Amino acid sequence: MIAMNHFVTLLLLLVLALPAKANLTIEITQGLEGALPIAVVPFAWRGAAGQPPPHAVGEIIAADLGRSGRFKPLPVDEMLARPSRGDDVDFRDWRAVNVDNLVIGEISPNGPGGYLVKFFLYDVFRGEQLTGYSMPTTARDLRATAHHIADIVYETLTGQPGAFATRIAYVTSVRDASGTDRVELRIADADGYDPQTIVSSEEPIMSPAWAPDGRRLAYVSFENAQPSIWIQEVFTGQREKLTSFKGINGAPAWSPDGRFLALTLSKDGNPDIFIMDIARRSLRAVTRHWAIDTEPAWSPDGKSLVFTSDRGGSPQIYEVPVSGGEPTRLTFEGDYNARASYAPDGSLMAMVTRVDGQFRIATLDTGSGEFRVMSTGRLDESPSFAPNGSMLIYATQVGSRGVLAAVSTDGRVEQRLRLQTGDVREPVWSPYHQQERSR
Amino acid sequence: MNPRFMPAVLIASAVLVFTGCSSTGTRDDSGASVESRDGSGATTSGARAGGAWTGNPLENPDSPLYTKVIYFEFDQSTIRSEFVDVLRAHAGYLVGNRSASVLIEGHADERGSREYNIALGERRATAVQRFLEAEGVDRVQINTLSYGEERPAAFGSDEVSWSENRRAVLVY
Repeated sequence: MIAMNHFVTLLLLLVLALPAKANLTIEITQGLEGALPIAVVPFAWRGAAGQPPPHAVGEIIAADLGRSGRFKPLPVDEMLARPSRGDDVDFRDWRAVNVDNLVIGEISPNGPGGYLVKFFLYDVFRGEQLTGYSMPTTARDLRATAHHIADIVYETLTGQPGAFATRIAYVTSVRDASGTDRVELRIADADGYDPQTIVSSEEPIMSPAWAPDGRRLAYVSFENAQPSIWIQEVFTGQREKLTSFKGINGAPAWSPDGRFLALTLSKDGNPDIFIMDIARRSLRAVTRHWAIDTEPAWSPDGKSLVFTSDRGGSPQIYEVPVSGGEPTRLTFEGDYNARASYAPDGSLMAMVTRVDGQFRIATLDTGSGEFRVMSTGRLDESPSFAPNGSMLIYATQVGSRGVLAAVSTDGRVEQRLRLQTGDVREPVWSPYHQQERSR
Repeated sequence: MNPRFMPAVLIASAVLVFTGCSSTGTRDDSGASVESRDGSGATTSGARAGGAWTGNPLENPDSPLYTKVIYFEFDQSTIRSEFVDVLRAHAGYLVGNRSASVLIEGHADERGSREYNIALGERRATAVQRFLEAEGVDRVQINTLSYGEERPAAFGSDEVSWSENRRAVLVY
């Protein structure tokens, strides 16, 4: 990792207080020295004293900002005052504890089951308000509202959109006493909260892939001892089987417009890349080669695919126009590069690489060609970009456990997400657009 | 030393055996421990004739048919020489029992990307399938299924476990 010794370890342990359902616990293992100091005051409750809102909105915002590594939230017990309205803010209280920015807010009852959340963001040194919103919400959507506020704060102060109001899909595996694996495809908020199982099986589940609308997932399931590609509506649970050919049915990847699925089939004898028109169910081969061709991923403009092939003797990344043709090799560093995917703006490509016998996450700068190893594990795999391109989430191992980890794409912040029991793997970060939540 | 950890140099002789597989004379240069139990040849009838086993020949501990898992090198699908006799025995069984069928599962170790490992597992299963077909087994008797790294046999993250996971399993 580049210049790791310049940065301190934050070790911020956020154990999510939730019932017995296996949650992801997020631990920031490497933070950024020089993260912007910010204070998020606990939001005041304007309703009946005995019936507070179900979630602490201020804490959620502070945790989101801290987890990004770009901000260093002031602990609540170090605050000299706890204002919740603009008139109550004395900027001297905040200059005294060296915070650059201040977030305050309040929550009011707003009809049956409803809330109105108001918040204000201030520049402490200039003593002025930067932004402020009034947001109606419900008990069910209160956490989403908090993440949305964190997105607004993040974008106002960094100039880049936040990715806190997003979700992560991942696969978990727990082995019971009889030796049977229970494999589940789950979706949780990007902060690990509220995990929901959308598929459960004793057979492998692999390769979840979000549709660009964030409402559907494609995945591979081995139920009935045959790998098949399924598409499932996240909110309703409805699903349909897309392919179940003889051999491999794997590595589904949605086109940016959501109309096509690139996938790997070996029905003709060995693995090749195909594109399916989802509505018509028509199939077209993109590669035809005796070697392994798999793990397709679309370029952001939808005009080409990158994929893994060992046609040159070892697995490397190639690019091919979606219309087909002769693939171009893109990676030349090392003897193992696989499972590439583009950052949303196309500036970087993430992949699995082998360095000194260790499998790690690397990025390739598509402009300069700079190749950068981003992770430090032995068995890292399955990198997935956040929709704002700021972070990469991937699977790694700690001890013999599979856990998730995330690293900022500038390499400066690392965090881990672990399950209380069992393995977690194959994380995929959702796109932005999600109009409704499940349940 | 466990035969599955024999050096990779033996792969070359495995390829020779494979290409010359219709000749029975080539079997002398391969895995001795298996062959000594099976002096009359690697067919089902031979195994029966050589011992008192009266049950299912696939479950006779003294038969090469008893071995249903073979192992591979990292990122390789070449049949290693020590497993040639085992696969010949299975081919003989399937040729002698045309109504029998086998599922060949291909597996990979946990290293590297998961879908690439699915492809690698399939390549291993296909290598076994081709060997059996070259020995006269009818294609309709064979099915293949790759589990990649999804169904490990050993759970450690070290070379011992990995070498046990890079495997093809014959399931009757």
